[in-house]
Amino acid sequence: MTTAPSVPVTATHAPPAPKRGIRLTPAALIWPAMLYLILTTQVPFFMTVYYSFFRYNLVDPSSRPFIGLANYQNLLTDPQNLRILLNTVVLAGGTLILTLVIGGALALLLNREFLGRALLRTLLISSFLVMPIVTAVIWKNMLLSPTSGFFAWVSQSLGLTPIDWLGQAPMLSVIMMITWEWTPFAALILLTGLQSLPDDQIEAARLDGASPWQEFQHIVLPHWMQAIQVVVLMETIALLQVYGEIYGSTSGGPGIATTNLPYFIYQKAFAEYNIGLASAAGVLTVIFTNILAVYLLKLISRRASSQGG
Amino acid sequence: MTTAPAPSNRTSADRHRVRNLLLTAVTYLITLAFLFPLAWMILAAFKTEAQAFATPPVFFFTPIWDNFQRALPSYLPALSNSLIAAIGSTVIAFVLGLPAAFALAVYPTRRAQGVLSWMLSTKFMPAVGVIVPLFLLFRNLQLLDTLPGLILMYTTMNLPLVVWMMHSYMTEIPYAIYEAAKVDGASVSQEFFGIALPLSMPGISATALLCLIFAWNEVFFALNLTSADAAPLSVYIGEFKTSQGLFWAQLSAAATLVVLPVLIFGWIAQRQLVRGLSFGAVK
Repeated sequence: MTTAPSVPVTATHAPPAPKRGIRLTPAALIWPAMLYLILTTQVPFFMTVYYSFFRYNLVDPSSRPFIGLANYQNLLTDPQNLRILLNTVVLAGGTLILTLVIGGALALLLNREFLGRALLRTLLISSFLVMPIVTAVIWKNMLLSPTSGFFAWVSQSLGLTPIDWLGQAPMLSVIMMITWEWTPFAALILLTGLQSLPDDQIEAARLDGASPWQEFQHIVLPHWMQAIQVVVLMETIALLQVYGEIYGSTSGGPGIATTNLPYFIYQKAFAEYNIGLASAAGVLTVIFTNILAVYLLKLISRRASSQGG
Repeated sequence: MTTAPAPSNRTSADRHRVRNLLLTAVTYLITLAFLFPLAWMILAAFKTEAQAFATPPVFFFTPIWDNFQRALPSYLPALSNSLIAAIGSTVIAFVLGLPAAFALAVYPTRRAQGVLSWMLSTKFMPAVGVIVPLFLLFRNLQLLDTLPGLILMYTTMNLPLVVWMMHSYMTEIPYAIYEAAKVDGASVSQEFFGIALPLSMPGISATALLCLIFAWNEVFFALNLTSADAAPLSVYIGEFKTSQGLFWAQLSAAATLVVLPVLIFGWIAQRQLVRGLSFGAVK
């Protein structure tokens, strides 16, 4: 669960470790932080793994029989749970693609000299800074509401029937909401990536008569790959854990249409007190998150190297 | 990217200028569209309930302060909890993380990169993977609904960030400075307090800001580990949503109070934020 994909490496100088007698050793400086993280992440995770092998419900805490893999079997065979897994992937994947496309376009647009550019760049980060529950509250009530929402008024003004967004297209609505939150993140990271592209490379390509598309494909895109990797990795981790937005807007519904893994585990643990099942789902989520993060990174770096050559 | 070298041809220069103006207009439009939901919320905070609900929407109105006054009594305790949790966890994360970042940057062993990667990988751990035992542990240790409990978890969240970002800043300090200090017989702690800390102050402030923002906006641990006494702003707004869900103006005022401090901080530190958000990987 803690296999780290090849994270971007910052260059370190390699001075010889001092051999002189010092009271404060470097290892002593590192251990407190390591110990803290082990105690608050690794230990609870192994306890989660442990609980996942028991039938354990807080309503009846006296009996806690060992049931082996039954919780996992239960999770993986119930077709409803496959829907929840699918929801998790659709939500994270859909949002990731949209934020990359819109954020990439915005980054290209912002990577030009024009009046007010610094101000726009600064203001753009706003929606990323908004607390997830507040995002959910604004979107649910003031934008998506079929009676008094802003979108309903826009569709009425255009002579269309207002859509009950959260009722008829719940997943799309949630994806729109979270895309709004995360596009600025993608745009600003991608913009930083673009700005580190040396001007002379572009000028050389232009002198060679490259078309804008060729210029984008052969110079901008390969250079952009590192920034894209960062966006994909950070967003994948964050988007698989989306919780506040769903809690605040749809509560996982209608039915289980917008229930993702974190919301499902919250329901199992804190509404049904089914600790065993929630733990098993937690373990699966951790494994799933790590596999996906590693796989995505590999996929991207392969494409980057094949294009960069 | 700078604009292409000045074309000699007059019409092509004109075409270029028109295209640039159009692209600028599109950029403004998209950015404004992204700002609209927030602006709409802040506007609604100054409306009467009837105006906030009205269709067609009311764009021009006399602003009122009543909504803020009504939201304030329940806002203040949550604000104090949020501030204590955010500042407390940031301070502890720095106390633990700064020495580690310093050691990893200035005394890199063969395992340093592994330690760094491992620390970052704790961020791969979804909160739902640890919440069940943490909830049970907190219940047994009487930490549920307490600020120390919340600070404990927010520190976990911010610690890898502090180590990574501060490592990235501290590796940029020229190594010759440390060597000079060593020649003068400086100890590890003198190097840390005398060189590394003062020289990485800009990094410290950027990282601290990021930690404060993340702790301020955190929802999952807050909702599941606190209820009343230690409830931070995320719980406050969550409850506001249920009890006052039909009062948009009041809800907007409460949400504005919750969001505004972070927005202002974020605007001021936008550049450092981007560096922090990518763990310094994209500069």
